[in-house]
Amino acid sequence: MELNVLAHHEQALKFRASRNEVLSSNIANADTPNYKARDLDFGAALKSARGEGISMKKTSDLHMQAWKTARHGAELKYRMPTQPSLDGNTVEADVEQAAFAENALQYRASLAFLDGQIRSLRFAIKGGD
Amino acid sequence: MSLFNVIDVAGSAMNAQSVRLNVTASNLANAGSVSGDQDKVYRSRQPVFETFEKTLASQDGVTGVRLTDIVESSAPLNMRYQPEHPEADENGNVYVSNVNTVEEMVNMISASRSYKNNVEIINTTKDLLMQTLSLGR
Repeated sequence: MELNVLAHHEQALKFRASRNEVLSSNIANADTPNYKARDLDFGAALKSARGEGISMKKTSDLHMQAWKTARHGAELKYRMPTQPSLDGNTVEADVEQAAFAENALQYRASLAFLDGQIRSLRFAIKGGD
Repeated sequence: MSLFNVIDVAGSAMNAQSVRLNVTASNLANAGSVSGDQDKVYRSRQPVFETFEKTLASQDGVTGVRLTDIVESSAPLNMRYQPEHPEADENGNVYVSNVNTVEEMVNMISASRSYKNNVEIINTTKDLLMQTLSLGR
């Protein structure tokens, strides 16, 4: 039962790694015409992990999911630019960099929690020292 | 492992930006070149970027950058009346390349900033990967 805590942070790590991928795609395409910046919503992922997400009722196995881009329960969404540019690109370097830094920090936080859990488990197994 | 894709994506962007920097360098180097023949004058070149979905990545939203083309500018050439010039045509005119030096300097700064951004992305991701590897030690 203690190991469930590891599972939570494992899921969080997966989500953060996924978001890292999306945000780095945004920064990579900062100069590509007509590229639309995208992001993942942590709130949506959390809701879906807790079983509170909204989904279509399936009455047959052949029914498809409403969206195909779901990543760990979070949908890929387009970012609304505050200052749209003439070439149709919606990447704003400062916004993306802030989001990237925040995401990397959250990833490190999850890693630290996992590390602490593993440490205390080991402490319990060894019986101290 | 999705963090490895980040390195590919940022790498593709670095590649594209370095080509852009190269093109800018050749534009600036040829900014003052002249010729008596309109077809032989150096014309400013501009790279064209395009988004592409990585084929290895299983999920949507992982997109790198690639260079599709390098186009020559159709901006008018600068004509100069200089009959004593060895390259001058029969009317005494020489044509100067249509490179806009100010635009190219801006391009250079923009390309180098984007390149640096992607280097930082790779560094941060590398740190995260290393920390993940040393988990539980």
